[in-house]
Amino acid sequence: MSENLLNLTLHVWRQKNAQDPGRFVEYAAKGISTEMSFLEMIDVVNEDLIRKGEEPITIDHDCREGICGQCGIVINGRPHGPRERTTTCQLHMRSFKDGDDITLEPIRAKAFPVIKDLMVDRGAFDRIISAGGFITAPTGCAPDANAIPVPKEKADLAFDAAACIGCAACVAACPNASAMLFISAKISQLALLPQGQPERYTRVRDMLTQMDAEEFGTCTNHGECEAACPKGIKLENIARMNRDFIKASLTYRPSTGSTGGAG
Amino acid sequence: MELNARIPDGPIEQKWEKHRFDLKLVNPNNKRKYRVIIVGSGLAGGSAAASLAELGYDVHCFCYQDSPRRAHSIAAQGGINAAKNYHNDGDSVFRLFYDTVKGGDFRAREANVYRLAQVSNAIIDQCVAQGVPFAREYGGLLDNRSFGGAQVSRTFYARGQTGQQLLLGAYQALERQIGLGTVKMYTRHEMQELIVVDGVAKGIVTRDMITGEITTHLGDAVILATGGYGNVMYLATYAKGCNTSAIWRAYKKGAAFGNPCYTQIHPTCIPVTGDHQSKLTLMSESLRNDGRIWVPAKQGDKRAPGQIPENERDYYLERKYPSYGNLAPRDISSRAAKQVCDEGRGVGTTGLGVYLDFSEATQRLGANKIEEKYGNLFEMYERITGEDPYKIPMRIYPATHYTMGGLWVDYNLMSTIPGLFVLGEANFSDHGANRLGASALMQGLADGYFIIPYTLGGYLAGIKPGTRPGADNPAVKEAEAAVKARVDRFLSINGKETPTHYHRELGKLLWEYCGMARNDAGLRKALQLIPELREEFWKNVKVPGSGADVNQTLELAGRVGDFFELAELMCRDALERRESCGGHFREEWQTPDGEALRDDENFCHVAAWEYTGEGKAPTRHVEPLAFEHTHLAVRSYK
Repeated sequence: MSENLLNLTLHVWRQKNAQDPGRFVEYAAKGISTEMSFLEMIDVVNEDLIRKGEEPITIDHDCREGICGQCGIVINGRPHGPRERTTTCQLHMRSFKDGDDITLEPIRAKAFPVIKDLMVDRGAFDRIISAGGFITAPTGCAPDANAIPVPKEKADLAFDAAACIGCAACVAACPNASAMLFISAKISQLALLPQGQPERYTRVRDMLTQMDAEEFGTCTNHGECEAACPKGIKLENIARMNRDFIKASLTYRPSTGSTGGAG
Repeated sequence: MELNARIPDGPIEQKWEKHRFDLKLVNPNNKRKYRVIIVGSGLAGGSAAASLAELGYDVHCFCYQDSPRRAHSIAAQGGINAAKNYHNDGDSVFRLFYDTVKGGDFRAREANVYRLAQVSNAIIDQCVAQGVPFAREYGGLLDNRSFGGAQVSRTFYARGQTGQQLLLGAYQALERQIGLGTVKMYTRHEMQELIVVDGVAKGIVTRDMITGEITTHLGDAVILATGGYGNVMYLATYAKGCNTSAIWRAYKKGAAFGNPCYTQIHPTCIPVTGDHQSKLTLMSESLRNDGRIWVPAKQGDKRAPGQIPENERDYYLERKYPSYGNLAPRDISSRAAKQVCDEGRGVGTTGLGVYLDFSEATQRLGANKIEEKYGNLFEMYERITGEDPYKIPMRIYPATHYTMGGLWVDYNLMSTIPGLFVLGEANFSDHGANRLGASALMQGLADGYFIIPYTLGGYLAGIKPGTRPGADNPAVKEAEAAVKARVDRFLSINGKETPTHYHRELGKLLWEYCGMARNDAGLRKALQLIPELREEFWKNVKVPGSGADVNQTLELAGRVGDFFELAELMCRDALERRESCGGHFREEWQTPDGEALRDDENFCHVAAWEYTGEGKAPTRHVEPLAFEHTHLAVRSYK
C-alpha cells in the first residue's frame, strides 16, 4: 500500500486519577504515516511529550494484535474507532484523512472507574467470571477428549461466543452501560457445550447477580453492543442468556448443602 | 555452581511415573499452610495457580496486565500438539518425543521432552473438560491438522485462536479459585526483585502499577511463569509489555540462565513497513499447510505477483526440502527466506519479504474452505496491510517470536536457587535450540497443570510450612531498598531521550549481530556496542512524572534497563557456542549447501550462565546432554 503522511489534531481526555474531574487537551500529531497503527500514532505523540518533559498519554494496550483485549478506548465517539470489527490496536491510520480532528476518550461506565487518562479499571469483568463463568473441572479428572462428541454446529457456535476478548467495547457503546453482551457470550459458549450442562442454570444466576452488584445497567435491546464488538459477538447470545435466566429463576431451589458423610 | 538435572533413573518410559511415586507428598491439611507465589498468569502461570489452589495451597498470583486473561499466551494462533493418534496416522508418545528432540536440533534434555509427550494427551482432555471449543469434525469428534516439523496430524486447534481459548480455559479455572478465596490475585503488579534468604527463594518485591507502592510478598516457594524475552529485539511478535525483568532479577540473585542465545525467528510474520513500527504480527504457521511460499526466480523482479508466470517463480522451500516443503521447521524456513532476500529476490517495497500464496489452495479447496480455516488470519492481514490476501498473495518475513533459552531448571522445574521454580517459556527446558510449532502451548500447560503440582509438593514436603522470613530480615530490607533506589534513579536522570528510543536502538543492534545469522566478528562488535549504548541510556534517558502513580515510561525504562544486560549475555552465549544449531546459526559453521552444522563433539550440552557480580564476566557452566533414545544425527528435512 502506498504511504501518505497526515497532519491531525487530537482531542485527548486527560485525567490524573479517579478523583480528578479530567478535561480534553489538544495535541497536534504531525507527519503521521498511513501505514501506522493508531497506537503507533499515539506512540509518536507520546515520544514528543516525553522529550518535552511532559507526562505522556496513559493508555492500556499490550498484544497490539487484536486479541488480548487490553486496549479499548472511544475514538470519535465509537469504541475502538471507525472500522468495524477492529480493535483500537488493529486500527490503522489509513482510516483517517489529512486534517482530521480525532477525539480520544476512555470507556465511560460507572462500573469501570477511570484510573488515569484513557486507562480504566475493568476488574468487574473478572469478578463476573469469578462468580460463575467457568466449568468446574479440577485438573486431572477429565475423561478422554473424544469421549463426549460435540456436534460441529454447536462447537462452532460455542467458538463464536468464546471469541470475546473482554475489551468492554460493548459496555462503552451501550446507553445503559450494560455488560450483557460480554456475560451472555460466556454463558452461551458454556451452555452450548455438553460439558457446560451441569452448572448451566446456577452459572447464569450467579453471573447476573454479580453483574447487578457491579452496577452495570441492563439490556434494553439497542444493539449498539453488537455493532461495536470487534469480535462480532452476536445479540442472539443475550436472547439465549435471558431464556436460561428465566428458566433458572423458575426452577431455582436453594442447595440443601448436605452431602452426607462416608464411613 | 552445581548443575544437577535430577533426572530419575530407569527406562525413559517409566521415569516420570517412578518419580511421581518417589516425590514426597504434603498432608492435605498442611497444604494451606504453604504460601506459593506465582508470577505470571499465562498458560503456565494461570494453569499452575488454578491447579495448586485446587490442591489446597495458599496461592498468591501476580500479573502486570489488568487481568490474568490478557497474558500473551492469548495470541498463540495455530494449535497445541498431543500424541492422541486420533487420525490413525502413526503418531505415538515416542514419535512426538522424537520429533520434538529432533526439531530442537538435539539440544534438549531427553527425559524432559519424553515427559512432555507423555502428558500431552491429558492436556487435551483437561481443556475439553473446561469447555475449550476445539475444532471438530462433522461427527462431533476433534479435528487435527499438521504443523511444521511433523509428518502426522497431531495439532489440535480452535480456528486461528487456539492460545486464546486455552488461556481462557486456564483463566476461568483460575477465576473460579479466586472466587473461592484460594487464590489471591494481584493484577497490575510488576515483580521487581526476588528475595533470597540463606540461598533459598522466599518471596518477591513488587511495584503496584497504579499507586507506585513497593511491597514485599513472602512465601514458601516462588514460581516464575513470566514468558520469554524476545522483546529484547524491540521488534517482535510479543505483546509490548513482555519483558525479562522477573527472570533477570532471579539470574542476578543466583539462578543460572540456560542457553540465552537460543531465539526463534518465526518465518511467517507481516513485514516491517517503517521506523514507526512498534511490533510485528505473526501469521500462523498453520497457513503453511495450504499456502505456498515463493519469490521471483530473477533478482530485482518488480512485477506484481500475478504478472509473474509459474516458471519464473521459485518455490524455494519445496525445491530445497521436497519431503517437508512448505512445512519445513521454523528455523530452516526463516533462514531460507533471509537467504532469498539477501540474494535480492525479496518482494514488497523494502525487499524484505516473500510471498505466501493461497491461489492454488483456493482452486483446490474453494474459497469457502479457505475462509473457514483461516478467515480470521486473512482479516487480520487485511487490517494491518490494507491488502486482500484472497486476491493478492500475502507478504511475509521472519520475526522474533519465541525464546528457547531461559532460566535453567532441573527435572523438577526448579532453578539453581532452591525454592525458585520456573515454568513455560521462562525456562529453558524442552525445546532445545528450536521449538516446533504447536509445542509452546503444550509445554506451558504441561508445566502448569501436570508437572508443578507434583514437583512443588516434593519440595514443600521437605520444608516446614510457614518458615518464612520476617519483614525485617536484612535480605528483605535490602531487596526493597534496591527497588526503591532503581525507581528514584530513573526519575532523577532527566536526560534527553525516551526509553523507547534506546529500546529500538538496542533491538537494531541485536537483530543485526545476534539475529538470524551470527558470526564471531559481529558478536564481538555487539559486545562492544551494547555496553556503550547502555551507558548512554543510564546517562541520558528521560522519565517524566512520578513514581507514585501510573507511569508507563518508568515501567518501560525498568524493562529496557534489564534488556540491555540480557542482550550482552545473549551475545556472549552466541559467541561461545561455536557451532550452528536450530535457531542459533553461526555463519562459520555451515554445510556447503548452507545448512546448520552442529558440533556434537564439543557442544552437545546446555550452557548455563552464572552471574558473578556487577561489571564481572559471568561464568559459563555446562550440562552435558546424552541422547540414548534418539539418534544424534544431522537433522534433515529434505
